[in-house]
Amino acid sequence: MTAARSSTLWRWLAFPGVIWLFLFVVVPAYAVVAVAMGQIDTLLQPVPTWNPLDWNVGFVKEAFASVVPGGTYWSATRNTIVYVAATVVLCFAIGYPVAYYIARCANRTKGLLLLLIFLPFWVSYLMRMLAWIGLLAPDGYVNEVLSAVGFGHTDWLNGNPFSVIAALTYGYIPYFILPVYAGLDRIDMRLLEAARDLGASRPWTFLRVTLPLSWPSILAGTILIVLPMFGDYYTNDLISGSPHTNMLGNSVNLLVQGGSQKNLGAALVLVLMTILAIGMLYYLWETRRQERRMA
Amino acid sequence: MSATAVEPAAPVRQPPVRPSRVPGWLSNPWGRPRFLAITTWAYIAWALVPVLAAILFSFNDGRSRSVWQGFSTRWWWGDETLSVFHDPTYTDALFHSLELAALDMAIATPLGFLLAIGLSRWRGRGSGSANFLMLVPLTTPELAMAVSLLLVFTQLSLLPFSAVHLGTTAQVIGQVTFSVSYVVVIVRSRLAAIGPEYEEAARDLGASAWQALRHVLLPLLLPAALASMLIVFALSIDDFVVTQYMSSGGETTTVPMLLYANARGGATTPALNAVATIMVVVTLIGVGGAYLILRWFSRHTGESAAGTAAMDLTGMD
Repeated sequence: MTAARSSTLWRWLAFPGVIWLFLFVVVPAYAVVAVAMGQIDTLLQPVPTWNPLDWNVGFVKEAFASVVPGGTYWSATRNTIVYVAATVVLCFAIGYPVAYYIARCANRTKGLLLLLIFLPFWVSYLMRMLAWIGLLAPDGYVNEVLSAVGFGHTDWLNGNPFSVIAALTYGYIPYFILPVYAGLDRIDMRLLEAARDLGASRPWTFLRVTLPLSWPSILAGTILIVLPMFGDYYTNDLISGSPHTNMLGNSVNLLVQGGSQKNLGAALVLVLMTILAIGMLYYLWETRRQERRMA
Repeated sequence: MSATAVEPAAPVRQPPVRPSRVPGWLSNPWGRPRFLAITTWAYIAWALVPVLAAILFSFNDGRSRSVWQGFSTRWWWGDETLSVFHDPTYTDALFHSLELAALDMAIATPLGFLLAIGLSRWRGRGSGSANFLMLVPLTTPELAMAVSLLLVFTQLSLLPFSAVHLGTTAQVIGQVTFSVSYVVVIVRSRLAAIGPEYEEAARDLGASAWQALRHVLLPLLLPAALASMLIVFALSIDDFVVTQYMSSGGETTTVPMLLYANARGGATTPALNAVATIMVVVTLIGVGGAYLILRWFSRHTGESAAGTAAMDLTGMD
């Protein structure tokens, strides 16, 4: 009887939060569907359709057709895939050694390094982009240094895809390093000693023990940076400002906030979420598989 | 006989087992981590120096935000009309950012705090989907959340949504919606660290569930609540996407929105860097406070968990 009563207590404690999340996560998500499946009036304003029986799949079809090769937003899709892939590779190439080093550091150095690694988290993303805009400006210090060593001036801030990839890497790499660090830090050192005792060389120990054991955290870090990048429009707007380097986030932002095509924008959000849901499902499936293999 | 002749040479050959012309750290960068140390420090320099440069440029003597023209404080307070503390564009945005942060803290912290306790104890119908719901804001791109909130507030003519107009109210609702999940993550990880023992002891001694919660769990969780409050503050101050989508322009402009709108503008003065610097300092004070509270707390509950506290601060577990 007491158990039942305390269970009621817990449910009541969670109640306000659950209601809040229902109102401002679930209902809005349904609003996206209703607008994407809705109609458009003569003033080009969206008319959401709340009844699933009256849904119009025209906009969703259009959105799907626009993100595949040949569609209006194919270049945005291609840019998104290329930039995100390049960013993930760069984050791994730079972030993994950093995470590895910190995880293997002695305690005092580790504390200092962790503090320094945490700092970028708490400097606003836009401030960090602002910093690069100053440095990459036509008369900025990056160009000055490059021209001092013989390179010509480069226009970094107008539709340069390399600047966008560099900025994305700069912006998201802390979110990659942290989970990878946590994963590497958790690895039982005795496993590495066992591998060495059994005759494995250091590189071999790394390849056959450390790397596989840190694989789940690499996946987690990748998910953590890929998800927000699919909704990123500000990095591109700030660092490139050219439709040349548009990503899917830019297309959604332009349709919903800029133009009068909210229906298509909402449909594009649905497409985006479908792609991300497939990614998340793969992630969940892969972590399950890993866990089963470990057990 | 010949063995005695060779003997003196033996000690000389002993030390270099595998003579190699490559320096040790290059042939084996994993063993003595010089390569790793260099990468790490280079990364840290790369991560922090541009930000320090941007802060430095707020003290530039000229109008440029990319060429250093000498030190001055004119963009902080020297200039009577354009400096960050005189130009209403900046002061209004600063005040609005702080206002949103205060409201977000006041709503998201208690909401998330109760949700965390409830979710960690509540078993049975509905708890699974409540747990899932809590994770949604952490795993959706912020743009998707912003679009969905914008559409629900502008398209749904049903209470309570029709009563919310874009502007401060919508901004607070948007910020609370994603902040709640961070509060839940922080408080729940503290709950897990505390363990069920204290509460069980209280129950064994005759306390009701409510009394155990009120007199045992709440005092133990107070530092986590304070820490998550400061994290919410920092999240709110730095938020851009949701805040921009929920804004109605003009008076509801926040500092990140100013940065987005003006960072590329050639006419913008280093006062923009100054206002960004203020935000960095304010955020770091908040997070630093949260860190100290959590560390103090973990010391007093007897875990060595400075690292754990640090991990909590990023809202990942």
